[in-house]
Amino acid sequence: MWDYIKLIALGAVAVLAAIAANYARDLPYMVNALTVMLAASVTFLWVLRSMGDARPVLANEYNDGVIRAGVIATSLWGVVGFLAGTFIAFQLAFPDLNFGFAEGYMNFGKLRPLHTSAVIFAFGGNALLMSSFYVVQRTSAARLWGGNLAWFVFWGYNLFIVLAATGYILGATQSKEYAEPEWYVDIWLTIVWVAYLAVFMGTLLKRREKHIYVANWFYLSFIVTIAMLHIVNNLAIPVSVFGSKSVQLFAGVQDAMTQWWYGHNAVGFFLTAGFLGMMYYFVPKQAERPVFSYKLSIIHFWALIFLYIWAGPHHLHYTALPDWAATLGMVFSIMLWMPSWGGMINGLMTLSGAWDKLRTDPIIRMMVVSIGFYGMSTFEGPMMSIKAVNSLSHYTDWTIGHVHSGALGWNGMITFGTLYFLVPRLWNRERLYSLSLVSWHFWLATIGIVLYASSMWVTGIMEGLMWREVDSQGFLVNAFADTVSAKFPMYVVRGLGGVLYLAGGVIMVYNLWATVARQPARSANVSAAVPAE
Amino acid sequence: MTKRPVKAKEEVGTTGHSWDGIEELNNPLPRWWLWTFYACIVWALLYTIAYPAWPGLTKATPGLLGHSTRADVAAEIGRFEAANAPIEAKLVAADLTAISADPELANYTQNAGGAVFRTWCAQCHGSGAAGAVGYPNLLDNDWLWGGGIEDIHLTVTHGIRNNEDGDARYSQMPAFGTDELLEPAQIDAVVQHVMAISGQEHDAALATEGATVFAENCAACHLEDGTGDRAQGAPNLTDAIWLYGGDVASLTQTVNNARFGVMPNWSTRLSEAEIRAVASYVHGLGGGE
Repeated sequence: MWDYIKLIALGAVAVLAAIAANYARDLPYMVNALTVMLAASVTFLWVLRSMGDARPVLANEYNDGVIRAGVIATSLWGVVGFLAGTFIAFQLAFPDLNFGFAEGYMNFGKLRPLHTSAVIFAFGGNALLMSSFYVVQRTSAARLWGGNLAWFVFWGYNLFIVLAATGYILGATQSKEYAEPEWYVDIWLTIVWVAYLAVFMGTLLKRREKHIYVANWFYLSFIVTIAMLHIVNNLAIPVSVFGSKSVQLFAGVQDAMTQWWYGHNAVGFFLTAGFLGMMYYFVPKQAERPVFSYKLSIIHFWALIFLYIWAGPHHLHYTALPDWAATLGMVFSIMLWMPSWGGMINGLMTLSGAWDKLRTDPIIRMMVVSIGFYGMSTFEGPMMSIKAVNSLSHYTDWTIGHVHSGALGWNGMITFGTLYFLVPRLWNRERLYSLSLVSWHFWLATIGIVLYASSMWVTGIMEGLMWREVDSQGFLVNAFADTVSAKFPMYVVRGLGGVLYLAGGVIMVYNLWATVARQPARSANVSAAVPAE
Repeated sequence: MTKRPVKAKEEVGTTGHSWDGIEELNNPLPRWWLWTFYACIVWALLYTIAYPAWPGLTKATPGLLGHSTRADVAAEIGRFEAANAPIEAKLVAADLTAISADPELANYTQNAGGAVFRTWCAQCHGSGAAGAVGYPNLLDNDWLWGGGIEDIHLTVTHGIRNNEDGDARYSQMPAFGTDELLEPAQIDAVVQHVMAISGQEHDAALATEGATVFAENCAACHLEDGTGDRAQGAPNLTDAIWLYGGDVASLTQTVNNARFGVMPNWSTRLSEAEIRAVASYVHGLGGGE
């Protein structure tokens, strides 16, 4: 019966998508509609062919298939995102790389959102999905709730990424940073996200542990808040149901404030709270040490989620935003400093008594460097939110450097550590293919981040000083183009940093593949759900 | 604050929970962390009392210091404007041709005009004023509309070929190819003629043929000898300086489609003092007449 309902729904979606493609008013909409039609048709055939197959009841076994798929997606999207980033870094250094023949498709303006979405939403998003599914099952001693709903979340989320990415290249964008996808892609993501929340909450509700582990608080706050941010910032009225263009509900400074309330908390809840959930499980597991302080985890969790949501206005210092809003954005950012550092302290101090592992275990080393970058960028952020500092740093490459020390250092490194932790366990292998390749990855990535961040500090502060330089009569000393040409050497250094980071990512993918393909399987199966106490 | 050694698991104990083998120690909050957190909160409260912060129904609290970023900017601009007012008044009153002879005005226009140029003009003419394809080089002595200070002043004030200013400099070259005013063979010939008068390698037979075409179609603006007419903004074709390129392909494209370079009328965006300053600055770059 359930299968018939699925078939009817999928068939209807395929037909509606075909109709939408036929009446499409623009190319990106048509391509997206055809993609949806294809996805629905393939799923239709798959459901049809597997009808009547015997399905074993796996109530007491973890659902690890979807996590394996998530590990593969995370690794591959990561390399795609790093590649796009490295390429656009060189486009900035050498504008000739905006090839004439690919004008309108592969120029910087089109590839830049592709890069940011690929690393944040495709790489980071898949990492959060799969790690949260892994962690919530292990720490609840329960199989994922909702049967195949977790698979719907995985495929639905990745369909969202494909729709968004093809849309950007063909020109469908809301022009809101980190919220570029147009209205119908936003609606689709909302559906997927509600399913994600249902799977996660459902699993928590049927847990066989008495308490909810701290990692799950962070994951849950991430899922709930992202839903709220996504819906409010994407309130828009489509021009036509058969076209990609839509008009934002808010206008002017209200729109800007909504956008940066969203943008700042995408960093806060996607890239901070979600990844702290990852940190709170995988660091103690890999270190085999208890978490440093339960009290600290409670206090910094509530302080973090309460304070983060108010800090958005610091993205709009010295703009049309009223002074009072800028003040509040700034003081909330300052108050946020210690709550952010609570996570760093809990992560680093968890290693006390296991510091010797830094010498022998490159995965622990990755996690420690990741937490270090987390601490650094959560200090740098509040500092840059101070108006006096922001008047120098705003609009400069310093901001880009700040974002990347967080994204490459914290998000990237903790995800790499997690992937190295998960692959041998998920594919039932004795150990990783090569620890020395992990070391190579570690050093390439670390040196890459250092090159990136330091070159952006130099150019950021330099261009900030050049922009504001006036002579004794109040006239500007430098032309904008002067600052651009002065930045050239550092742009090359930044690109080289990207090459190193990308090379590390490629080595990781090879290492993970070789672990699955070349390492002998472990005999005992460990995926049965057993409560820890 | 005293530094306390981190206690081992046995000393502080755990919360008694275990998830997939993960336990939690009962360590207290690090004291330095807690006090820094409190200090940040206290500082934040004090800051919101001193500066505009808490929104009400119609307006927000102004803060004890009465700070306003807009007032700050206005004050800074006002300070410079007040300081520059006497010299600007003198600049506006002065005869344009007398500026360069007055050391005070010359110095001021060098600074102020340079700043105006780098802010408004550098996008097209380059920050060094060397121009680009389609945007004239302002360093040489080859001028389309005249290189005297008064000519430059007029050009900056009203612009070129824009629809916003009735006094803009205006002229339009016919698109001889696309509007079918000339046969393709005639265009090839006239291009060879231009190659000849500009002293480049050319097909002599075609060039002779082209001379007739030139005399009938081009000489009205570019003059018989091709030296151009500044009253119409018609470029000199006999020198080695080209706005859109002097090779056969570029010339053919120019004759076929014509060119239509536009410059904004800066009088709507710049003050008279600023226009005079930038005109004087450009005049002083080397090619001024």
